[in-house]
Amino acid sequence: MAISGAALVLFLLLHMIGNLKIFFGAEAFDHYAHWLREIGAPLLPHSGFLWIQRVGLLVALAMHVWSAAVLTIRARKARPVKYAHRKPVQGSYAARTMRWGGVIVFLFVVYHILDLTTRTFNPVADTSQANAAVVQGFAPDRWYVTAFYVLAVLTLGFHLNHGIWSGLQTLGVSNARRERVLKGTAFAVAFVTCAGFLVVPFAVLTGLVK
Amino acid sequence: MTMTDYYTLGDPVADTKAPDGPIETRWERRRFGAKLVNPANKRKLTVIVVGTGLAGGSAAATLGELGYQVKSYCYQDSPRRAHSIAAQGGINAAKNYRNDGDSVHRLFYDTVKGGDFRSRESNVHRLAQISVQIIDQCVAQGVPFAREYGGLLDTRSFGGAQVSRTFYARGQTGQQLLLGAYQALERQIAAGTVTMHDRHEMLELIIVDGRARGIVVRDLVTGEISTEFADAVVLASGGYGNVFFLSTNAKGCNVTASWRAHRKGALFANPCYTQIHPTCIPVSGDHQSKLTLMSESLRNDGRVWVPKAKGDNRVAADIPEDERDYYLERIYPAFGNLVPRDIASRAAKNVCDEGRGVGPGGLGVYLDFAAAIGRLGRDAVEAKYGNLFEMYERITGEDPYSTPMRIYPAVHYTMGGLWVDYDLQSTVPGLFVIGEANFSDHGANRLGASALMQGLADGYFVLPNTIGDYLAAGPFPKLDGENAEVAEARKLVEDRIEKLLSINGDRTVDSFHRELGRIMWEYCGMERTDAGLRKAITEIRELKAEFWQRAKVPGDGEGLNQSMERAGRVADFFELAELMCIDALHREESAGGHFRAESQTEEGEAERDDERFSYVAAWEFGGDLPVLHKEDLTFEYVHPSQRSYK
Amino acid sequence: MSLKLRIWRQADAADKGSMVTYQLQNVSPDMSFLEMLDVLNERLTLDGEDPVAFDHDCREGICGMCSLVINGVPHGPEKATTTCQLHMRHFTDGQTIDIEPWRAAAFPVVKDLVVDRRAFDKIIQAGGYISAPTGSAPDAHATPVPKADADLAFEAATCIGCGACVAACPNGSGMLFTAAKITHLGLLPQGQPERNTRVIDMINAHDEAGFGGCTNTGECTSVCPKGIPLETIARLNKDYRQALRAAS
Repeated sequence: MAISGAALVLFLLLHMIGNLKIFFGAEAFDHYAHWLREIGAPLLPHSGFLWIQRVGLLVALAMHVWSAAVLTIRARKARPVKYAHRKPVQGSYAARTMRWGGVIVFLFVVYHILDLTTRTFNPVADTSQANAAVVQGFAPDRWYVTAFYVLAVLTLGFHLNHGIWSGLQTLGVSNARRERVLKGTAFAVAFVTCAGFLVVPFAVLTGLVK
Repeated sequence: MTMTDYYTLGDPVADTKAPDGPIETRWERRRFGAKLVNPANKRKLTVIVVGTGLAGGSAAATLGELGYQVKSYCYQDSPRRAHSIAAQGGINAAKNYRNDGDSVHRLFYDTVKGGDFRSRESNVHRLAQISVQIIDQCVAQGVPFAREYGGLLDTRSFGGAQVSRTFYARGQTGQQLLLGAYQALERQIAAGTVTMHDRHEMLELIIVDGRARGIVVRDLVTGEISTEFADAVVLASGGYGNVFFLSTNAKGCNVTASWRAHRKGALFANPCYTQIHPTCIPVSGDHQSKLTLMSESLRNDGRVWVPKAKGDNRVAADIPEDERDYYLERIYPAFGNLVPRDIASRAAKNVCDEGRGVGPGGLGVYLDFAAAIGRLGRDAVEAKYGNLFEMYERITGEDPYSTPMRIYPAVHYTMGGLWVDYDLQSTVPGLFVIGEANFSDHGANRLGASALMQGLADGYFVLPNTIGDYLAAGPFPKLDGENAEVAEARKLVEDRIEKLLSINGDRTVDSFHRELGRIMWEYCGMERTDAGLRKAITEIRELKAEFWQRAKVPGDGEGLNQSMERAGRVADFFELAELMCIDALHREESAGGHFRAESQTEEGEAERDDERFSYVAAWEFGGDLPVLHKEDLTFEYVHPSQRSYK
Repeated sequence: MSLKLRIWRQADAADKGSMVTYQLQNVSPDMSFLEMLDVLNERLTLDGEDPVAFDHDCREGICGMCSLVINGVPHGPEKATTTCQLHMRHFTDGQTIDIEPWRAAAFPVVKDLVVDRRAFDKIIQAGGYISAPTGSAPDAHATPVPKADADLAFEAATCIGCGACVAACPNGSGMLFTAAKITHLGLLPQGQPERNTRVIDMINAHDEAGFGGCTNTGECTSVCPKGIPLETIARLNKDYRQALRAAS
């Protein structure tokens, strides 16, 4: 869980930083999108790096989901009879919503790929037009897309907030002295990731990015 | 009635196992004299251990390590729950790590004196010798004793001693020592040398051909009665303080295992010796189910007082200084608030009897920290006693920083128990008794931090060395349920359960237990008198008769029936209570925890009568007419003197 | 005060069980929670009903035998307090109180509110000890232990094995219990020789007993009557990682 999670977090950070390229203008963003496909050229074929990355991500995601499934099944088996009355005492909201949060994020990722990678749901079919796809994708009349995006990113934020700290705890990095620092770090990463992803649709909505 | 209406006198009893000669080498010589069991034969020998406290847990683990087949029993859901776990203070050991003049001989001396010269010198000396090994053993097991900055063990001084020899783990020494023994036990369970039977209660002893050969147990979950066989039986079933209903014992603590053995011929020694601890949280109402001890260390800084006037109902803060009676400081100027447990307890009772007690029912005295807070500051007091203050507030809802604590004495430990010889063997061959369940080491009064020491000494070091002398003659013939004596023991248990369930009366078992406790506390508690004890015996007999007519025991014997468990235990407490009162009645002297109002000095202090009572009173079961066997006590090394704390 | 109690009643392990409602009058605020149940049981007994079975023993917060999930919280609403030390003054007149047993596959219900916690003993059997047979010990001062380590070990060792951590955990995990013992023994020099095997064996025993996995939700530590910190689980994880590396 922790190791696959770490790989996914790393990807998210790079993805978020890449997204911010959109503030450098349409041309710069399209160029960035093009460059992504040409990494490693000519050693790698067109989109070669992306496919390697996609395979890596898929493996990490599969591991992550598999671990989550194992833990969930174990948890179900470990408490066959539910409480009639049970309220959480402290457990952060994030910690308690890891499973459903994970499912929401996963569903979003599926949609996200169909939207901006395959363009199945996107008004801009030309895959070389990255900037246009983003701008038209988050257009005001497609508010429901933006709403789903915001919901998913916020869910992801909660997921990361608990997940990053929990991963560090699972790897045995945490201890009494470091606990606060590590929890703070997890929160900071979650917050920055969230903010970095959210700033794009809002920039589109406010017309900052055209 | 004359004394002979209460008991008859039998032949004297003697401890034939303790070697004589120099006391320092008696234990060594006994171990050398004892027969050994060949390691290959140990595997063929089975030992039953009842109880998993410090004594039983450590004994079962050690016997398992030695290679015996051990069967261990406890009534709780896990051996880790035994009530040794609640001991707070610490464990004594003559390590002399402080270089403050401690030695085995001094610990021996203090313990004999502390026991008010009613214990055996041989046993106590052995206990002091072994104390040193106990600490080594526990540290090796990982018991996290308190340490100093240099990494070495810390010690503190404790009541009745002028040296610092008490090893401790904050206020949870009993817990840590018990978990050490428990872990050693679990290790043996995993190794297959010990089989654990939790939620099982021993209800009868099986004696075949004059030897203790097993027990009848009830599985508390399924209700199944079974007969379990062994080559020797060890009782480590603790004390009987719950005869008073309210005590600091766990709710489940009971005398049944010991009492069943007593009824089958094991002598019961000094049942009247009970220790009453002065600093417990007082009773808050009729619903009270048990009492909680507050560490005695509180008396180091707290001042004990009551109002000077009777029936003064003002809150503590409204009572001016000159209307308060700091009675311990007044009566005992030399020791003040730090007088020994029995004296502090009795003084509290006296002021309450005068009508000057505080709190609900007037059964409490103040323990006031105002002076200490004024002198040391609140922070210092908090650092020292913070956790105790919290515990007090949790239970009473009062803040001891702003209003004085209320305390009252409560039954805490029973020094009496089944009679054993130097090998810890009872008068029934093959029946050994260890820990609080026996009577051996504390005489008439136990010193603080000595109970843990005795439990572990018996379990880790004494019993495993002495039991071999008996088992060398084994294995004994195989048994089965067909054997007449086995069948009879089993039937006894079944009939008794049947009888309890068939009363179907109109009073709950707890209401009987409460009433029995009130009688015992009133007449066989801190102060006993001839007339009171006679009255108590009459009342107990009446109440016992009523119990068997009116008790309501719901449910059946199948499956978990906690009411039935309690009923059986209370029925045995009735019989024990009678014997305690008879023992207290016959001992017309004051000694340690036994204070007879008729036997006191002009200043109101306990007065022993060594001429007439320097003996162990070992009682043989005789129904309404027990038989007294005396074991004379001789003192070669520590000469009896009268205690004085003025 | 008067209370409405909704209590889990289950005749035995095979029974399905259900919540049953009882009205109880004249409850004193000075009663402990278990004393309140004693009063109920006295009444049930006289009424010819089966009293409620619940586990308890020392009633001073140290033996770990009492349990009960009270209004959804193991050991009730007070922090760092066992059920036996919880007093009725923390409840209000007319309140409804739900009382349930620990719920975990590894802790099957025996009757009513009584559960079988032997799974914890099994975890200890797997390695929750230091192998030091009686008589084999060197002098207690042969190995000094830094005070800080001894104090931390003690804190972990105060675990009373009540199982509240399991009852509270959304995963039904017994990791806090396991970690407390790993931490206690792992911090002491005496515990080093068996440190690697201990953590692997105890975790295996934990998993075999049917406890769930830990996802670091922290519910366990928040209901722990002894306040065993979540940090002990990180320590267990670290030991586990090191032990796996040493084994490979």
